[in-house]
Amino acid sequence: MSSATDSDSPQQASGIAPEVNFAYLDERTKRMIRRAILKAVAIPGYQVPFGSREMPLPYGWGTGGIQVTAAVIGPADRLKVIDQGSDDTVNAVNIRRFFERTTGVRTTTDTREATLIQTRHRIPEKPLSEGQILIYQVPVPEPMQRLEPRESETRTLHGLAEYGLMHVKLYEDIARYGHIATTYDYPVLVNDRYIMSPSPIPKFDNPKMDRNPALQLFGAGREKRIYAVPPYTRVASLGFEDHPFEIQRWSAVCALCGANDSFLDEMITDDAGTRLHVCSDSDYCKTRRDGPEQQEHAQ
Amino acid sequence: MTQVTLGAALSALPGTAALDDEPPLLRADRITRRFGDRVAVLEASFELWPGEVLAIVGESGSGKTTLLNTIAARGEPEEGVVEFLCQDGRLHNVHSMSQAQQRLLARTEWGFVHQNPVDGLRMDVSAGANVCERLMGQGVLHYGQLRARAQQWLERVEIDPARIDDPPRTFSGGMRQRLQIARNLVTQPRLVFMDEPTSGLDVSVQARLLDLLRQLTRQLRLAVVIVTHDLAVARLLAHRMLVMHQGQVVESGLTDRVLDDPQHPYTQLLVSSVLQP
Repeated sequence: MSSATDSDSPQQASGIAPEVNFAYLDERTKRMIRRAILKAVAIPGYQVPFGSREMPLPYGWGTGGIQVTAAVIGPADRLKVIDQGSDDTVNAVNIRRFFERTTGVRTTTDTREATLIQTRHRIPEKPLSEGQILIYQVPVPEPMQRLEPRESETRTLHGLAEYGLMHVKLYEDIARYGHIATTYDYPVLVNDRYIMSPSPIPKFDNPKMDRNPALQLFGAGREKRIYAVPPYTRVASLGFEDHPFEIQRWSAVCALCGANDSFLDEMITDDAGTRLHVCSDSDYCKTRRDGPEQQEHAQ
Repeated sequence: MTQVTLGAALSALPGTAALDDEPPLLRADRITRRFGDRVAVLEASFELWPGEVLAIVGESGSGKTTLLNTIAARGEPEEGVVEFLCQDGRLHNVHSMSQAQQRLLARTEWGFVHQNPVDGLRMDVSAGANVCERLMGQGVLHYGQLRARAQQWLERVEIDPARIDDPPRTFSGGMRQRLQIARNLVTQPRLVFMDEPTSGLDVSVQARLLDLLRQLTRQLRLAVVIVTHDLAVARLLAHRMLVMHQGQVVESGLTDRVLDDPQHPYTQLLVSSVLQP
């Protein structure tokens, strides 16, 4: 995308803010977050409370994701930040710049090249591999919060695996719309034990979580919760026997790269209501447009 | 009253089968519950057989609801034991069970009908989802089947099945209470606790609800512990009753016997204070 993001340039090291610790958080805070992450990895899908810190950006902008990234990032990492699949939206650009300035690590827009990917609302289209870490920004970690506002009660329900309530929501969808109308933040069952909110990713991305070779970490800053899905963990989307889980389909293909297998955003291009569909994952779309030979060249 | 005479009396009642060798469904033994220095319930004991309806009557503050909550494992007694006849055919102390077992019991073999239906229903989800929640918790995950069961139960409690997708917020008080009953009975429990289910409803709605409860308890051979301050409700529904006064059970026996021939001075006062229209 923009020239600032492909930052292999050596002069970037001089851009590091000297007055703050590596990755902004102090070492004791990072250790505390790592302990929470270890516990979260040990109990897939379980929400681990942690002492969320004030970050230099507002709640709702990814304070949980940033803290998780800050706790796991090292000088040798290569960071990619996406927002709604795109590398060049405000949230992604700001978080990427934040880590460029506080760590000096190299950043990238290429999904395959990245060792850490912080994401808001999408999972990249290109398959992830072992050794990569996908970090989600989570606004509401508790999947049952809308139906059961008491946290003491939802914790008990998780503890005893009483998940009848979760299907009430899906039942309501079918009763009202004739099909399961939940399209994002679609609840999943992790490792056949805990029901988990996958953060507001489209349900199109839910199957990618299942037995993914990458480590998936989830950080909710305001709600002070961290949870995780370790590599190759079973993640099943809920459904009814006669109304099983289904992903979105489009009648259109991407207007830029022609992809028919990616998540498409619908864009209105003029006041007359002309519309086109484009890939929400900007890196995937760009790679397809550049073609394989250009991709080789870029590396 | 001895157990032999009680058993004989109960077996004479239709819909009940209290044999002498059959263990009770529920046994409460000298239940005492205190709140600080105040005694809410003092040494209350009773037994309940399958299919039997037991009314606990008394004035406000006499400890009826505290006793009900204690036997329904919603509160721990300071002294005394509550035992329930589980599926294995043995009596188990409900308060020494794990929380998971208690909750499983509470949502499968027990029901609890609250005085205020708002406490027992999810007001923002449809009537159908309210009825089906317990089934979904048990792993029934076929939408068509769930819907059919919900429709069936709404009909059974005399709610128009066309209102299956309406939230209980749009229902009248009587309909809410009937919906709450359907929600509890859908898993076919063996024992239902009811806390003043008819108070707050007007007389004609109350009569309809009582009629429905009488039908359902007989059809499903349901054991019920019903707390009420209304002696007419006890007379209509209950086979047997306990009279509570200042935390103590002052009199117990067959409903008709207690109401027609009250022995304890407090029961005499209670029976004579009922207004006759």
